[in-house]
Amino acid sequence: MQPVTHNRRGGLRRLFRTGIRSGARVGGRTVAARFLTGIVALLATAFAYGDDLNMPVGVTDISRQVYDLHMLIFWICVAIGVVVFGAIIWSVLNHRKSFGVEPATWHESTRLELAWTIIPTVILIVMAIPATRVLIAMYDTGGEDMVVEVRGYQWKWEYKYLDDDMNTSLRFMSNLATPKDETYGKSAKGEHYLLEVDEPLRIPINRKVRFLVTANDVIHAWWVPDFGIKRDAIPGIINELWAIVEEPGVYRGQCTELCGKDHGFMPIVVHAMEEAEYDAWYAEQQQQYLALQTMKDKTFTHEELMANGEAVYSKYCASCHMANGQGVPPVFPALVGSEVVLGPKAGHIDVILNGRQGTAMQAFGSQLREDEIAAVVHYKRHAWGNDTGDVTQPADVVALKSKEG
Amino acid sequence: MSAVIDAHHDDHDHHGPAKGIARWLFTTNHKDIGTLYLWFSFIMFLIGGTMALIIRAELFQPGLQFVEPEFFNQMTTNHGLIMVFGAIMPAFVGLANWLVPMMVGAPDMALPRMNNLSFWILPFAFSMLLMTLFMEGGGPNFGWTFYAPLSTTYAPDTVTFFIFGVHMMGASSIMGSINIIATILNMRAPGMTYMRMPLFVWTWLITAYLLIAVMPVLAGAVTMMLFDIHFGTSFFSAAGGGDPVMFQHIFWFFGHPEVYIMILPAFGIVSAIIPTFARKRLFGYDSMVYATASIAFLSFIVWAHHMFTVGMPLAGQLFFMYSTMLIAVPTGVKVFNWVATMWKGSMTFETPMLFAIAFVILFTMGGFSGLMLAITPADYQYHDTYFVVAHFHYVLVPGALFSIIAAVYYWLPKWCGRMVDERLGKTHFWLSFIGVNVTFFPQHFSGLAGMPRRIPDYALAFADFNMVSSIGAFIFGFSQVFFMYVVIKTIRSGRPATARVWEGATGLEWELPSPAPYHSFSTPPKVTAENAH
Amino acid sequence: MASHTPGETPAYYIPHEGWYPVWLALSTCVMMLGLGSWLNTASAGEEPNTLFFWLGFGGLAIVLFQWFAKVVRENHAGLVSGQLKRSYVWGMGWFIFSEVMFFAAFFGALFYARNLAVAWLGGDGAKGITGDYLWPEFENTWPVVNNPNPEVFTNPGESMAPPSTASAWAGYLPLWNTVILLTSSVTVHFAHTALKNDNRNRFITWLGLTVALGIIFLILQGEEYIHAYQELGLTLESGIYGSTFFILTGFHGFHVTLGTFMLAVQLVRAIRGHFSHEDCFGFEASSWYWHFVDVVWVGLFFFVYLL
Ligand code: HEA
Ligand code: HEA
Ligand code: CUA
Ligand SMILES: [Cu+2]
Repeated sequence: MQPVTHNRRGGLRRLFRTGIRSGARVGGRTVAARFLTGIVALLATAFAYGDDLNMPVGVTDISRQVYDLHMLIFWICVAIGVVVFGAIIWSVLNHRKSFGVEPATWHESTRLELAWTIIPTVILIVMAIPATRVLIAMYDTGGEDMVVEVRGYQWKWEYKYLDDDMNTSLRFMSNLATPKDETYGKSAKGEHYLLEVDEPLRIPINRKVRFLVTANDVIHAWWVPDFGIKRDAIPGIINELWAIVEEPGVYRGQCTELCGKDHGFMPIVVHAMEEAEYDAWYAEQQQQYLALQTMKDKTFTHEELMANGEAVYSKYCASCHMANGQGVPPVFPALVGSEVVLGPKAGHIDVILNGRQGTAMQAFGSQLREDEIAAVVHYKRHAWGNDTGDVTQPADVVALKSKEG
Repeated sequence: MSAVIDAHHDDHDHHGPAKGIARWLFTTNHKDIGTLYLWFSFIMFLIGGTMALIIRAELFQPGLQFVEPEFFNQMTTNHGLIMVFGAIMPAFVGLANWLVPMMVGAPDMALPRMNNLSFWILPFAFSMLLMTLFMEGGGPNFGWTFYAPLSTTYAPDTVTFFIFGVHMMGASSIMGSINIIATILNMRAPGMTYMRMPLFVWTWLITAYLLIAVMPVLAGAVTMMLFDIHFGTSFFSAAGGGDPVMFQHIFWFFGHPEVYIMILPAFGIVSAIIPTFARKRLFGYDSMVYATASIAFLSFIVWAHHMFTVGMPLAGQLFFMYSTMLIAVPTGVKVFNWVATMWKGSMTFETPMLFAIAFVILFTMGGFSGLMLAITPADYQYHDTYFVVAHFHYVLVPGALFSIIAAVYYWLPKWCGRMVDERLGKTHFWLSFIGVNVTFFPQHFSGLAGMPRRIPDYALAFADFNMVSSIGAFIFGFSQVFFMYVVIKTIRSGRPATARVWEGATGLEWELPSPAPYHSFSTPPKVTAENAH
Repeated sequence: MASHTPGETPAYYIPHEGWYPVWLALSTCVMMLGLGSWLNTASAGEEPNTLFFWLGFGGLAIVLFQWFAKVVRENHAGLVSGQLKRSYVWGMGWFIFSEVMFFAAFFGALFYARNLAVAWLGGDGAKGITGDYLWPEFENTWPVVNNPNPEVFTNPGESMAPPSTASAWAGYLPLWNTVILLTSSVTVHFAHTALKNDNRNRFITWLGLTVALGIIFLILQGEEYIHAYQELGLTLESGIYGSTFFILTGFHGFHVTLGTFMLAVQLVRAIRGHFSHEDCFGFEASSWYWHFVDVVWVGLFFFVYLL
């Protein structure tokens, strides 16, 4: 049979030449053993290497339990692998036609087949017990010290601190802070490339924080690896999460559900602070927050509007309409010379407030304050050679909002 | 006497194929159609692979170098869709077309005309899908799992064509499966009892049941999408009393069986190759059959393990965790049986055997990572990271894909009557074996370190793994182009093959001369326990 | 269930190469492309582009007719072996099973929406927080007559719920539709027995009656839709209840149309003198299909209308 003769130059044979030379069986054993211990050692060192190669141990009780579970299952699988692959390699090395081995004729054994049905089942039960325990612990969302609503937008996060009767006492958006230049290689990438935001979520350590996770447009997912928690943020649905962080520090994660164009560009940064420090920060922020609510009664100069407007634009609009207002037609229309932008003020504001159904243009009414909307509208109407000459003030936005009721 | 009733009223011998392009357009012959399926799937594989290489090129280093995020998402989506529906599934159907009639001792498939139809739908469906990439607004960009509402309210207009493309692929698969079932149940030669059928026939019989059961459900899912998009329904919108998660339940009720549809025939192939080159009967034939059946059954009650993070109630999470873990048992039985078949055999290592052994080892590794994913609390950390990508590529590439390559090396001499040059075959094997591991092993690490899927750009911590992975991808990719060369060279100028081809080969297909006659068995052969499989 | 009796040597039938399949594939593709551009242009508010749809549909119709005609001719020419007939039987059987699974998807959606989604949105069950926090006004009731966000999905005026007073049942269309379909299942069965006893006239009469019942059902169903849209204000757009109601009844109606058409074709063939008591697969297949749409309706009547 011609194929058989080719086996002299068989690939596996070349790989295990050492083994073959030193006499079939003995050599086989040593090689097989060396090979497998090699692999196991490799994995062990790899994981000793630390977080860059393995799941982070994290800073919550849950995250540590999950880590231990992960390693337990992992080593069980490695053990089974050593047995199975060991058997394969052993028989590949020794049960070769070229050694004149006569094939055995048996081809079933009820006892064996039962054994390798039952033993894996037992192993699985051993795995299932701790897994169940951890899962139940994770689902215990009650008894929280504070509640934060986490809301996903294309492509940023909104954080709302809720008081005892679930009313917003502080809210802000959290946008990617990495400049586009770093992405396009125009400037060196910083240490926290793509993992940095303008406004991190701040929470106190040692307090049970309950998160209500939802979304505004499509499904996103909120994940902080060091807390060992991840949950989908689903429009119209609330998912619950909780965490008690034990060490202060800055913890970074990313959106983990495909949510469109910039899915890769909506990081999560959580700043866990000492209780006292947090309380101080919170009190101060709440003051500012209340103060900002009065901005809508102010009137601004052209310069102020342009300055604020540019800030808002680069944060919220530039990712689609581009910093130069040229957009990416046909998906993201250009604003330079756009009939909406150059058209009547009210129409322009309306698009910003309520978005455009069925397009990527989302409603910013709930994300931006009146003064911010006014500023960005004014900016667009006077930037990149657009010049409508008119002035847009928060009052215009307030008027339109109240008209819509 | 020939028991074949001849439909011809003209006198040219219909046992030979018609000439020219007409042969391929109008053929009702299971071998021609099998060939069409196989070449089609290989072209799709190259296209899907090229998309994968675009993905890997962009991910070679942090930052955006080649493509914009919008286009990257289209690449990811179409790569997944094309590999699953265009490469792997048609390849298995092609193998079924070639082999099932020969293995059960039939002259052809049960319903030859419908067979031609189910093939020819595919090129049309996929050209429609690929066309969308060049239409205004771009092609599908919502992942091969097309979760609502990203795939409905927020999708590009071309989603409509995507939906109809899926409908057509579904119709094709259903007709193909009906044909295979009818052939197996109805065309077996005398003496070919169920428990004598080769495992490839068994696994395909069960796969066909799975397909008929879940393809219509997928059709239902995309139909509801269509209505949400164009007729204002609210199946997947909470504002109207629906729920986006409902889409995922329906999709994965299809999707999980789908992944076993992509592995059961592979089990059949490996169960044919290993005994041949171990020169020893397959260990535990019966338990192999029962294991396949139980995997198929379980695959209907595990779907939500893809949805552990959607926030199901605790009871649901536990149920799906346990049922998913259970699948390890029947799959294990198969793995152990293969090992036992090799054990104390008299092995040689021709190319098909090398791929089969690599399959057993690497698929098992993919299975292990699958089992880790099944552990719900841990899955919160793995979900939608590259750890998942590593898992399913280990079961799909060195799993499903290697089994297909092995099958081609194993049966090609029977198909074209010529032997593969072992030197080239082995080169292809080692290139692929190294390439696949270099590509996908590092992805376990980047996943555990926290790199999400479906992102065009990533944090600096993941840079090393991605560079390695990309290099591996190009090695693997081009070694598949080399595969094409090996196959064509064999068909053109390989050494002539004997009927038995491989020393240890058993089964009806080896009773036929190589290349097999145009109509496999014009009179049913007598089947005994010995020559059955 | 082995349909193959060992020992017997079956005579295989290998059909000639044929142009139907590839043309069918082509016209299907054209039709789907056409339907796609039709829907897209319509949704974009442009002049609907229907040309390709009708082109493809025409091609489809022609090819299918030719194809089935040829199969019938082959059958009369005695080319169809017993084995091929068994393959046809298996084929039809599994096709119907796939249809069952298609409806299963929609029933699944109905059950999920009713028992889980609506409950959670209404503040009940394991995820009740969703309703309490996001949809405080929304009530967990079925049929849903007040949607979570009525601005996006206008509320239906009324549902299809069965009447409360016994007298009103007489005017409850779905009830009559149920009666009609059940009867039609019986009549088609009588047709079958008549054929088995080689009583052609009765066969034709019962079959014709079945087709008539099918048509009446469709008319009443259309009547009901008009009623829903015009009087009840129940539309596809009116939230999950309208969505599930119309997709389930709509696709069922679509299948009844197909079934009626199939039976009508068999009727024509019967009048032309086709079929005999041992050779009537075309008719039997259509009647199985008919029983299937009938069973689906019973499911609909319970889960969509009554419960
Ligand atoms: C061929 C395809 C294939 C196969 C065979 C499998 C097999 C398995 N898969 Fe995989 N899977 C996919 C294709 C496949 N998968 C794809 C494509 C996805 C991603 C979809 C997407 O999101 O895009 C996915 C995702 C996926 C997830 C979701 C991950 C996530 O998104 O968070 C999970 C979770 O449970 C999972 C589990 C499993 C399990 C338990 C098996 C088991 O069948 C494995 C069983 C095998 C073994 C365990 C090894 C052999 C057994 C032994 C040697 C016996 C002894 C062993 C033990 C007792 C441990 N898979
Ligand atoms: C079913 C089979 C299958 C197969 C065989 C593959 C094959 C490969 N896949 Fe994968 N992949 C999936 C199924 C598959 N894939 C699925 C389902 C997803 C999920 C999609 C989603 O998230 O929605 C995915 C996602 C996926 C990702 C994640 C993308 C993301 O999350 O953003 C990556 C990244 O590395 C990847 C890489 C690869 C590579 C390198 C190969 C290699 O094996 C490819 C080998 C390359 C070739 C075969 C190319 C040959 C061509 C040339 C060398 C050029 C010459 C060209 C011509 C002659 C035309 N795939
Ligand atoms: Cu938001 Cu991904
Ligand atoms: Cu799965």
